[in-house]
Amino acid sequence: MPRTPLNVDTPLEYLSILTEDGLVDRDLEPDVSQEFLLKLYRFMVLGRRFDEKMLQLQRQGRIGTFAPIKGQEASQLGAVAALEPRDWMVPCFRETAAQLWRGTAMESVLLYFGGYDEGGRIADDQRDLPVAIPVASQLLHAVGLAWAAKYRRTDEVAMTFFGDGATSEGDFHEALNFAAVYQTPTVFVCQNNQWAISIPRSKQTRSRTLAQKALAYELPGIQVDGNDVLAVYVAAKEAVERARAGGGPTLIECVTYRMAMHTTADDPSRYRSEEEVQEWARKDPIVRFEKYLTEKGLLNAAKIEEIASAADASIQEAVKRYEALTGTLGDPLQMFDHHFQELSATLREQKEELRRLLAAEKEEAPHA
Amino acid sequence: MPKMTMVQALNLALRQEMEKDDRVVVLGEDVGVDGGVFRVTEGLIDCFGPDRVLDTPLAESAIVGMSIGMAVYGLRPVCEIQFSGFTYLNFHQIECHASRLRHRSQGRFTVPMVLRAPYGGGVRALEHHSESREAFFAHMPGLKMVIPSGPRNARALLVSAIRDPDPVIFFEPKAVYRAFREEVPEEEETLPIGQSAVAREGRHVTLITYGAMVRPTMEAAERLSREDGIEAEVVDLLTLAPLDDTLITASAKKTGRVVIVHEAPRSYGPGAEITARLVEKAFYFLEAPVRRVAGYDLIMPLFAREQAYLPNAGRIVRAVKETLEAAA
Repeated sequence: MPRTPLNVDTPLEYLSILTEDGLVDRDLEPDVSQEFLLKLYRFMVLGRRFDEKMLQLQRQGRIGTFAPIKGQEASQLGAVAALEPRDWMVPCFRETAAQLWRGTAMESVLLYFGGYDEGGRIADDQRDLPVAIPVASQLLHAVGLAWAAKYRRTDEVAMTFFGDGATSEGDFHEALNFAAVYQTPTVFVCQNNQWAISIPRSKQTRSRTLAQKALAYELPGIQVDGNDVLAVYVAAKEAVERARAGGGPTLIECVTYRMAMHTTADDPSRYRSEEEVQEWARKDPIVRFEKYLTEKGLLNAAKIEEIASAADASIQEAVKRYEALTGTLGDPLQMFDHHFQELSATLREQKEELRRLLAAEKEEAPHA
Repeated sequence: MPKMTMVQALNLALRQEMEKDDRVVVLGEDVGVDGGVFRVTEGLIDCFGPDRVLDTPLAESAIVGMSIGMAVYGLRPVCEIQFSGFTYLNFHQIECHASRLRHRSQGRFTVPMVLRAPYGGGVRALEHHSESREAFFAHMPGLKMVIPSGPRNARALLVSAIRDPDPVIFFEPKAVYRAFREEVPEEEETLPIGQSAVAREGRHVTLITYGAMVRPTMEAAERLSREDGIEAEVVDLLTLAPLDDTLITASAKKTGRVVIVHEAPRSYGPGAEITARLVEKAFYFLEAPVRRVAGYDLIMPLFAREQAYLPNAGRIVRAVKETLEAAA
C-alpha cells in the first residue's frame, strides 16, 4: 500500500532534577554519598575560580588565549563524574573542570595555554586525550578507543565532549553512525552552550533539539538541564552503565550557557545582549547546587567560605608552580622532541642547524 | 619462492602480520566480504573474522579517525582508503591528529597506524582515481610516507609499516598491482622505512624515482645501455618521508648528472625537494642542470589522454640524452 505510516520508535526525554532555586525532585534525586556530592561541589567551585584566575592571567599576559568554561561546570563535571579511572575521556578545548576532576594538574593547563608543549603531557595513569581544537574531530577517536576497549573485552567506556556547533560537522555524524553500527561503548556529551562563537544555537540547526540527532543513528538520545549537575550526572551514569553492559553509545545534550567569551580573543558584546547573559546568570549551576547542599545540611556559610579559600590556595600554589616551571622550561630544541620514536637523519640535521643558529644568535645578542 | 603480484604480496604481509599479532586489525570500505576493490584484503575476513576485518560504512574521515583511537588504545590498525583521491575527506584527521598526537601528548600517546591507498595513473580509471598527490603527505610533519615499486618490496615495506611506532601513509602504485610477478619469500622479510635502494648501478647519469615510475625508468635505463652505451644508475626512493638523501647524494656525486622521474605534478612535487637536497649537498659535483620528467601542473586528464600526460621510458631516454649533452 502506498503511504503507510512508518513506525519509527523515537523516545526522547528532557531531564531536570534541581530547579533554578535548588529544589530537588525527590523521585529523581540520585542515591550518592555525601562525600561524592561535596566533591562535585568542590570541583565546580575550583573549576569556576580557576577559570577566573586564568582570565586574569591571560589579561596580564601571563598565559595566552584560552576558552573559558564559566557556566558549564555542571555539564562537564556531572558527566565526567560518572566515569571510572579506567574509562577514557576525550575532550575538546573547553573541559578544564572535567580535566581537573580526572587528575590533570592545574599547572599543566597553565603550561599548555601558556604556550608550552609540555602542558599537553597527560599523566601515565590518566586515560585522557589531550585538548582537541578542530571541532568534532575528536569524537571519532572516542569511537576508536571504545571499539578497541570492546575488542579487548574490557568494560571500559570512552566519553567525549563537544559543543552545539560540533553537531553541524561531518565528523559528528560519522562518529554517531560508526558508534551505532559497531555498538561501541561511547558516551557523546554535547555541551550545548547556545553559542558557537557568534552563531546562536537557533542558526546552527533547524532541529528543535540536538539530542534528537541521535535518533537518525538509532542510538539513545537525551536532553538534560546542563546547569543541573544532578541531572547531568544521572543521565551520564545511565549512559555509562549502558555502554559498560554492552548496550552501545548514547548522545547526551546538556543545555547550558557559555557565560563568558568563546575564547579570550573574542568579544561577545558584538553578537549577544547583556540581558540574555543576565537571564542565564539566574540559572547558575553552582548557586543552585549550593542551595541544594545547604538544604541537605552539607553546606553552611562557613563551609562555603572554607571550600572557596581552599580552592584559591590550591590555585595560587599551582600558579607558583607554573611560573617556576616556565623558568626552567623553554629550551627551543625541545620542539624536536616527540615527533617520532626516532628522529630521521634529516630532522637531526635540522636540529643541529637550529642549535648552531641559536648559539650564534646568543653570541651576537647585545649583552644585558 | 612463489611468484606473486603486488596484490598477492600485500595480502601475504597483512595475513602474516595478523597471524602474528592480534593488535593488527584491518578496516575500510569493502575490505571484508568483497576483499577490497583491488582484492588486497581478499580472504582476510574468512581467516580472522569480522572483528578484525571491518567493513566500514562509507566515511573516510571516520575510518581514519577511528583508526587513530584504536592506535592510541594500543592496537595496530591498517586502514584502507579505496583510492588516494578520496583521502581528502580524511585529510584533517591525518594532519590534525594522526601526525600530531605523539607531539601533542608529549610522548604519552602514539599513533602506530597505517593508511593504505592505491595511487597513480595508467589503469584507465575515472576522475579522482588516477592522481599522485603523495607530496601532500610527504610535506606533513609527523608522518612517514612510503611507496613501494614491486611485489617484494611492497610486502617487506608493509610489514615494516605495520610494525612502525608512528603513522605511515602507504601509497600503492595501482598500475603495478597486477603488472608483473616477482619471487616473494614465504618467510618473514622486512625493509627499513627511510632507506632508498639502488635498483640499477651505473656511472653516467643518476635516475631518481619511486613507485609506478620505477618500471619505465628501468626500461629507459636498459634501452640507454643497449642502444647508446649509457649506464644509468637508478635509485628507487621507496620512502618519500623521511627522505633518505645519502644514496641520491652519493650517486649524484658519482655521475654529476641527475634526472628525476615522477607522475605527480612537477611544481612543488617530490622532485623539487630532491633537487633542493642535491643542490645543498652535491652542488659542486653537478655537471648539468637537474632535470625533472614529471606530470604536468594540470588536473589529470581522463584516460583517453592519460598516456600523453604520464612520463614514459621514451621521455626519460630523451631527458637523459639532453642532460648528458648539456655543457659542464
